[in-house]
Formats: sequence, structure tokens, C-alpha cells
Amino acid sequence: MLEGTAGVFRGVGARVINAVWRLGYAARFLVRILLASGTSFRRFQLTLREIYFSGVLSLIIILVSGLFVGMVLGLQGYDTLQRYGSEEALGVLVALSLVRELGPVVAGLLFASRAGSAITAEIGLMKATEQLDAMDMMAVDPIARVVAPRFWGAAISLPLLVAMFSTMGVYGGFLIGAVHIGVDAGSFWGQMQTAIDFQRDILNGVTKSVVFGFAIALISVFEGYDSDATAEGVSRATTRTVVTSSLAILGLDFILTSFMFRG
Amino acid sequence: MNRTTIDLWVGVFVVLGVLALVFLALKVGNLNGAQLEQPYALTAKFDNIGGLKARAPIKSAGVVVGRIESIKLDPDNFQAVVAMRIDSRYSFPRDTYATINTSGLLGEQYIGLDPGGDTDVFKDGDVIKKTQSAVVLEKLISQFMFSKAAELPEANPAK
Repeated sequence: MLEGTAGVFRGVGARVINAVWRLGYAARFLVRILLASGTSFRRFQLTLREIYFSGVLSLIIILVSGLFVGMVLGLQGYDTLQRYGSEEALGVLVALSLVRELGPVVAGLLFASRAGSAITAEIGLMKATEQLDAMDMMAVDPIARVVAPRFWGAAISLPLLVAMFSTMGVYGGFLIGAVHIGVDAGSFWGQMQTAIDFQRDILNGVTKSVVFGFAIALISVFEGYDSDATAEGVSRATTRTVVTSSLAILGLDFILTSFMFRG
Repeated sequence: MNRTTIDLWVGVFVVLGVLALVFLALKVGNLNGAQLEQPYALTAKFDNIGGLKARAPIKSAGVVVGRIESIKLDPDNFQAVVAMRIDSRYSFPRDTYATINTSGLLGEQYIGLDPGGDTDVFKDGDVIKKTQSAVVLEKLISQFMFSKAAELPEANPAK
């Protein structure tokens, strides 16, 4: 009995120590990526390729979900606002929720599952098939050649994708609200422009997307690099990327929001 | 180094992203309308500002002419001191009234400037003397209720 309880505590303790260990390792890994980033910008072709794989190939899912999120916001927002006779504020509601919250968070979650998992699987598989070790043997730094370009590709892609997501969402809200339901298009845009502040709303949204981009990029490359060099290890690392990125996005979002919109 | 199809796609991607940012800045956020041309500072003291907030608009005849910079409480006479920045294209006579208004029934509060007929105009750092506080709904309702109660026959049995 006592043995069993002690075993539980020992298990919890080992997990906590392991988590702290990995956190420190990830921090050191981030420093190494940043130090080895010169190659990604000197040979920009490498980073460009990664922007293509994580950014351009995520375009479809980001644009389509942005449009649909905006259309749903249009429908739901109209349904609630018309009870108070203020359906002209629909543009404000759609744009504010997209630019401040939904754009960075939803696009970030989609990006983590679409591009982040792919990065982890790719790096993990390279490790499992000993390609990274082979590079090391040939005096090619795998962090500079493989990890850093993927890191920067993902970090650069997400802010652009978030901007497109929000734009598509506003347009989707406009399609439903103004074109389909018939809210006055002039007051839709007009009220939106008076209510939305460039610095407070849009720049803060962009800041969020930049932070999320770096978080997802670091988690994806780290999980891939740190994965067990087996098929099972790669699959676990991929899952961990999606779970950790999603939690990181939501947690960071709360912290950033409480800093940005405190009063 | 050869140009590849990937370059083209990344180019398209970046252009789309930048266009989306420009759209957000101009069409959604109205960046150009938010900036004031070389604003000058004015302050006004109010007995009660209601729900007025910093960055709220200052309007004259319904046109936004400035923004509220900050709101503080004067520790000496317990009045609210509102610092404003007004677009330098507009100058207002020295007997201008500053009132706190509400746009719509539940809308945001703003400061309305009603110009008078003085030929002198406000300069940078001046204080608006003539102000009218915000209308507090509770006060209005209680005033109405007390005046109604006073009219009831049992309230003044002397009659």
C-alpha cells in the first residue's frame, strides 16, 4: 500500500522534473537557433522553401475557415444585435472579435495543426533515419541547415496568414450581414471604422500573431528535434506539438490580452 | 541561383499578406482618419464626466476634431480635468461651450464643442471655462420621481 503511494509520488515527481528539464533544454535550443540563424537569411532560398511549405500550403484552409468564421459571426451577431435594434453595429462586432481575438487564435490553432505538425514530423523523421547525424558528420550544422529555416519560415508565415484570416472574416461578415441580410453597407463599414482603433486593436492583434508565430515555430522544431528516434517517437512528438502549441496559444493569448486590454 | 516556382508562390503569399494588413489598417481600422494634424492642447474642467474615457472623440457639429488625451481629478476642487488634443486646422472662439454628450441611447460618450461668437480663439494650452457636465441618468430619474411625488395630494396635506 505504502509502496504504491510512494510510487505515485515518484511518478509525479519524475514527470515534473522531466518537464522542467525539457523547458530548459528548449530555451537553450532557442538560443542555438537564433545564433545559427545567419544561414537562414544568407541563403534565403532555404527559408523561402519553408515559407512555401508552411505558409503558402496553409492558404486554402486559412482563407476558407476565415470566410466561414466571419459568416457565422455575421449570422450570430445579427441575431443578437437586432434584439436591441442596433444591427448597424454588426461590422464593429465582426471586425473587433476577428482582429483582436479570433484571427490570431483560430488561425494560430489551425496553423499549429496544419504546419507545425508537419515540421515536427519532418524533423523527427530526419532524426529517426539518422539524416541529422549524417549532416553532423559532414560538418554541416543541422540546426543551421534544417531547424533554423523551418523556425523562421513558420514565424514569418503566421502573421501574414492571420492578417488574411481576419480580412476574409470581415469580408465574410460583410457578405452575410450587408449582402445577404441587408444591414446598411455604409453603416457597416462606417461604424467599424469609427470603433476600431489602429493601435489598440489592429497593432495589438498583429503583435499577438507574431508572438504566436514564434511560439508555434519553436515548439514544432523543438518537438521534432527532441523526439525519440523511432516511428512511435515521431508520432508522439507530432501529437505533442499540436497539444502543446494549442495550449501555448491559449495561455499566451490570455496573458497578452490582460496586458493589452487591462483598462 | 535560379528562380523557381516556389519563389513565385512565396511572392504571391507575401503580397496577399501585406494587402490584407493594408486592408485591415485602412478599411477596417481607418488609419488615416485617426491621425490629427499637428494637434494643439486644450483642457476643460467638469463637475462630472459620467462615463467619458481617454481617447474618446471630440466633436463639433458632429465632426470629429480631436481626441481626449487624459482624464485626471483635480485634488484641490475635486473637478475632473480633461486634457484634449484638437486638430490645428480648427480653431474655436474663446466662449466655446464644452458639453459631454452621448451618441445614441447607449452609445459612447464624447465631448461636444459648441462655438460662440467671440473673435478671439483658443491657443495651445488654454482652458475652456464654459463646461456642462454629463447627464447622469440616475439623477435625472430621481429628480423626476421626487417632483412627481411632490405633486401627489397626500404629500402636501396643507392644500
